[in-house]
Amino acid sequence: MNKPVPYRGGGFRPTRIRGLGLFVFIALLLIAEWGTRAGWITNLTLPRPSDVIRTLYDLAASGMLWTHLGPSLGRLAVGAFLGAGVGVLVGVAIGLSSVMRAGLVPLVAALFPIPKIALLPLFVIWFGIDEMSKYALIAFGTFTPTVVATYGAVDNVDRTLISMGQSFGLTRASIIRKIVLPGAMPGILSGLRISLAIAIILLTAAEMIGAEYGIGAYILQAGALYDLERLFAGVAMLSFLGVSLSFVLGKIEAHVLRWRI
Amino acid sequence: MDLKIDALTHRYGPTEVLADINLVIPTGRIICVVGPSGCGKSTLLRFIGGLEQPTSGQVLQLSDPPADSLNPFTFVFQDFALLPWRTVDGNVRLVLEDHGLGKSVVDRIVTDVLARTKLADFADALPKNLSGGMKQRVAIARALAVRPAVWLMDEPLSALDAQTRELLMDDLVGLWLRQPFTAVYVTHNLAEAVRLGHRIVVLSRRPGKIRKIIDIDVPLGDRHAGDAALTEIEQELWHLMRDEAEAADQELIT
Repeated sequence: MNKPVPYRGGGFRPTRIRGLGLFVFIALLLIAEWGTRAGWITNLTLPRPSDVIRTLYDLAASGMLWTHLGPSLGRLAVGAFLGAGVGVLVGVAIGLSSVMRAGLVPLVAALFPIPKIALLPLFVIWFGIDEMSKYALIAFGTFTPTVVATYGAVDNVDRTLISMGQSFGLTRASIIRKIVLPGAMPGILSGLRISLAIAIILLTAAEMIGAEYGIGAYILQAGALYDLERLFAGVAMLSFLGVSLSFVLGKIEAHVLRWRI
Repeated sequence: MDLKIDALTHRYGPTEVLADINLVIPTGRIICVVGPSGCGKSTLLRFIGGLEQPTSGQVLQLSDPPADSLNPFTFVFQDFALLPWRTVDGNVRLVLEDHGLGKSVVDRIVTDVLARTKLADFADALPKNLSGGMKQRVAIARALAVRPAVWLMDEPLSALDAQTRELLMDDLVGLWLRQPFTAVYVTHNLAEAVRLGHRIVVLSRRPGKIRKIIDIDVPLGDRHAGDAALTEIEQELWHLMRDEAEAADQELIT
């Protein structure tokens, strides 16, 4: 007998396939378009994708797109920056100090599962109906996951590297800045991905409760009138915002973590 | 700078790790510490380097370190301990940054140590692109940069393959011949010990005690792999350690 041995290896290793994600997305849109045109999806079930795109186009042409998008981006930027910034600081403090860890980890664990949206009325009382309460809600929502990701990342920094730093007489500040922070960066960045997604969710919620302009307010108005085209246009904006942020974060990761294998 | 280890004993909880270690480490000599795994030889090194404190006893400096030494007790680690986000150049620079030396001085030291470890062409490479042997040469360059009074080498060649180990042993001998340094070299590899050690300290199984001290008079430059006299000492060491290594192997890790 003379035959090759059976091949049993391979697989279990993701390879990069370009364009397939976009194809799935476009295929779904085309099916929806076909269905709504052919009539087996009624207009009350799903709006026609082409109508949604036209609504978006009109919105952009009239300048209202920016009127809604501008304030939303501002709230997201301020809130997420505050929450993630303070979160990283507190996370590093917990990672480095046993006192902070013992004192704050139970508190963070108690705060984490609270649906932050439930606290919006409280924030309105504390900070007023204006921008501050929205900043506070987004900041608070991004704070807890950032803290948890950060102190986990600090805990995972290779102890031999810290030992090395000490053995060469590096100052504590140097060890934190040059060894602990860069070592924790992969974990902090992946925590940031989750935090930013939460920030978008909370942004929408805050704008639905008290805002004249903003994507959330736009969606709420459209929903109240059962105007599905505008509702979906708003949702598409949120989705696009999320994809863009994720893309930017991916670029930052590729740059900051280029030392990784 | 001579060092003296004085009646050093250490316990982790109820477990005695090291028992009554007395040892003198003379300037300009390489002291190899060998022993079965878990005998506390790496822990002993951490006491000498001031990274841990023994339960009782102490490590004494018998004189002040040379004034030009930036970091008198300098480690070379088994797993290299290079910062993966810094280049070869940046890893050496790291240990000079806290000394306020001025850029031109730092540049000169970095260039010098990279040349001495044959790494001048790789200054901009990241650790992920280096072989194990190159990584350890970077760690040696980094140690050279701070002009140690005592080198504390914790199984520096154990993570390398046999051929690379030979090459690095030659490099270390070359460095010592050019400028004799003091070193405590912990290893479980007896061939390394007889090639590099002026004095070999054999530790017993836990709790680690000094079982025997063997001096080797053959000059470092004249030692070669397969040398009859060295092989004989290696055999003697193995004979001393064999039973204990076997017993240590059978032990449950607590």
